[in-house]
Amino acid sequence: MRIGVYVCHCGGNISEVVDINKVVEAAKLEGDVVLVKDNSHLCSNDGQTLMLNDIKEYKLDKVVVSACSPQFQGLTFMRVMETAGLNPYVLEMANIREQCSWAHYNFPKEATDKAIDLTKIAISKVRLDTPLDSKKMPIGKRVLVVGAGIAGIQASLDLGDAGFKVYLVEKEPSIGGHMAQLSKTFPTEDCSACILSPKMSDVPANKNIELMTYSQVESITGYLGNYEVTVNKRPTYVDPVKCTACGDCVPVCPIDVPDEYNEGLSLRKAIYITSDIAVPHSYVLDTDHCLGLFPLACSKCRDACEADAINYDLYPEKVKFTVDTIIIATGFDIFDAKKKPMFGFGKFENVYNALEMERIIGCEAEGKKLAEVGKKIALIQCVGSRDEQINREYCSRVCCMYATKLAQLMKRSDPKKDISIFYTDMRTYGKGFEEYYKRAQKSGVKYIRGRVAEIEENPDTKKLKLKVEDTLSRSFIESEFDTVVLSVGLEPNKGTETIRDILRISKSSDGFLQEAHPKFRPVDTLIEGVFLAGTVQGPKDIPDAVAQASAAAARAIRLMNQGEYEAEPITAWVDEDICAGCGICVGICPYDAITSEEQSDGTRLAVVNEILCKGCGSCSGACPTGASQQKWFDITQLRAMLEAAL
Amino acid sequence: MKKIPYYPGCTLKTTGKNFEDSAIATAKVLGLKLLEIDRWNCCGTVTSLTQDDLIHHIASVRNFIRVQEMNERGEVDDYRLLTLCSMCYNTLKSVSNVMQERPDDLDKINNFMDREEDYKGGVTVVHLLELIREMGFDEIKSKVKKSLGKLKVSPYYGCTLLRPKEVALDDPEVPTIMEDLLNAIGVDVIDSPKKSMCCGSYQTVRNPKTVVRLGYEIIESARKRGAEALVTSCPLCAFNLDDRQKEIKLEHPDFERMPVFYFTQLTALAFGLKKDVNNFDLNFTDPRPLLKKKKI
Repeated sequence: MRIGVYVCHCGGNISEVVDINKVVEAAKLEGDVVLVKDNSHLCSNDGQTLMLNDIKEYKLDKVVVSACSPQFQGLTFMRVMETAGLNPYVLEMANIREQCSWAHYNFPKEATDKAIDLTKIAISKVRLDTPLDSKKMPIGKRVLVVGAGIAGIQASLDLGDAGFKVYLVEKEPSIGGHMAQLSKTFPTEDCSACILSPKMSDVPANKNIELMTYSQVESITGYLGNYEVTVNKRPTYVDPVKCTACGDCVPVCPIDVPDEYNEGLSLRKAIYITSDIAVPHSYVLDTDHCLGLFPLACSKCRDACEADAINYDLYPEKVKFTVDTIIIATGFDIFDAKKKPMFGFGKFENVYNALEMERIIGCEAEGKKLAEVGKKIALIQCVGSRDEQINREYCSRVCCMYATKLAQLMKRSDPKKDISIFYTDMRTYGKGFEEYYKRAQKSGVKYIRGRVAEIEENPDTKKLKLKVEDTLSRSFIESEFDTVVLSVGLEPNKGTETIRDILRISKSSDGFLQEAHPKFRPVDTLIEGVFLAGTVQGPKDIPDAVAQASAAAARAIRLMNQGEYEAEPITAWVDEDICAGCGICVGICPYDAITSEEQSDGTRLAVVNEILCKGCGSCSGACPTGASQQKWFDITQLRAMLEAAL
Repeated sequence: MKKIPYYPGCTLKTTGKNFEDSAIATAKVLGLKLLEIDRWNCCGTVTSLTQDDLIHHIASVRNFIRVQEMNERGEVDDYRLLTLCSMCYNTLKSVSNVMQERPDDLDKINNFMDREEDYKGGVTVVHLLELIREMGFDEIKSKVKKSLGKLKVSPYYGCTLLRPKEVALDDPEVPTIMEDLLNAIGVDVIDSPKKSMCCGSYQTVRNPKTVVRLGYEIIESARKRGAEALVTSCPLCAFNLDDRQKEIKLEHPDFERMPVFYFTQLTALAFGLKKDVNNFDLNFTDPRPLLKKKKI
């Protein structure tokens, strides 16, 4: 055996703490090691060439790289191995950067000792490494996109335009998501509906996109290249082809329901169209509120429909199809301001949340009018954000700017309006944000730094007295306002939890779905072929959501465009001679990759599906007989590593 | 009848006698016997927030030792210590928490008090309102004999029942425990935004003007919303809100006095108990004209 060991300086990241020479000298003492070298940047082109030439010149058959985390540059060095004609799985990395020089930067001696230990452990493991072969699996060009807000729409259009088959599933009757509800967008003040609706109508026009609205994903099974999806499709009871959207069915309907699109500020009927820009542009009969179809309690809408588009005799339908990759774009919900009772939301009639104010400004025709909200208006920031009391530590990122925008729009509608924004910090990080903020200040919007303590409603006038400390002037303010707008934060959409359960995607501590790597894989998940787009991953504004959606589409295309992919060979395997068929591993596997199969002699045996298996090792740990082993981490290797460590 | 150790504190034996008598009578109707702990001493009034100021906790700990002894002698059925005064509740409960969380400090205190048996920990502190909630407000409703329906009363929590949140007996932002009780006995409950604003507390000694200002705000806020009386569970709040009405009247000549009840006086009324348990003579503003007007 001829092992080569490389110790990387990482341009000082490692060598400023760890004594590289000592690591080199220690490695030289190990058996089977024929070459030890150090290099300032092993991952650079020069470093890779050095390794490549050494492998050939010194006839190395195994390599240890003591450098950074294998998560970071593992693939780089595996590629070098392949180019040099070696199997990429006879390479080991010792992480002496994250685990030594970074973690123990104040303790250079101990960091060096640990680096030596980790290098020795890697050498002891590489001795027992055997070449592993990756399986090639076919992959097609079909994608499931869950959620048709702006992120889902953008990802679907990108994929559709690139020639991929898209199944776009949306639980609401219309696509468009929250963006369709907004008045204008910051900081450019484009009309939100005007820029969104052309994109919305592009969706049904795209021949590669199959749109399923009023539908929810019920189950997903399988793996990259073979995800089997079941969607539950609710009937709308209105034939979208026959429906002319004349609206004759609406006035005859006896039911009034708060209109979701208008945040409950106006009423809709049980048969309705979500908005003027709804896509598909067709009416929907909402059976949750309709007097009843089974038995039929009222048929006024059908009687009124001249186009004969209404058919009550329909049932929910299960649609099944297979896709190769999945993009999750299930978006966000706004924070329920009732959880901060001191602001009186839902109790005081002149307290609104920001989305309601978007509707008041954006939809002059229905519900409350902007002219009716009074002259003196306060916006309260960070309602449901940056608040440890209610377990929401994160910043929702969009509220500073949307509050500025709402203030600007209100001010423009009536320059006499006296508008104050009570903020924690103004976060104007984006392109054009700071300029927009300055403009708002110049136009007379008052920015007061202080978190509002409580609001008191005058029982006669319904005016609202705010109590707050101005933390810049250190004065206590008590002032009366006509209207208070709560800048509510963003939180994970309730629907996300369903899809998270189905796919077992992890979430971060804030409750949003977790990306595979915060820097280098920001739209991937740890499930192969499943990507994230938009606010499902964390609060973000429209341009960020769109950028991420396009990125998710590109990442999905990257996998699908090659026609086949290499499945990771580090999986569990079962020693059939030892396996007692107890089935413990079947229950413990988080990926449903193991099944207990009956053999011809009547005994049972655990069988691993190598595609589903992620190589987590749970089964190996749980196996009472030691039959379940993990390739590349088998028990003899672990033992050797432990011995080297001790 | 269930016996529970009871800590009265200084005020309930003097100016707050009306609170104590009505509370004991109310508890009796609910099947509770309040057994006054023997040789009780001051609760310590106001917990010291200084980490190492253990001497301040000793007063409370001594009272806990009394509870421990009563339990060892089998005189009571509860390891909890019941209080009525909000300030005692706050102080005792804070110390009980500290002793639970910092066993080293408990050791220090035990070592310091060489003439007392060691406090073993575990005594928790409850307010009568909490016990009532535990029994269920339906139980209260079933004991009501007399309708108080026409009486419009605004609950006043003050601060010590609700803050800090570690000792709070209810949600510090939206407490409902007193409302629930008052609803159960059929009082017309008036909500006021100032119900947990500070009454001025001990500023009443050094800075009575502040107390007068705050009292005026609290009373007028409730009156504006239709209240005819306030209800509280704290003798100090009662003093500040009620006795200080004399000074409020001097500053605001058209101010009308508003009675301040202890919640137990209203339960005693609703349960149809003897009038003398309420000792209305001790209320600074006599509530009897109001009750008469309401035919109660």
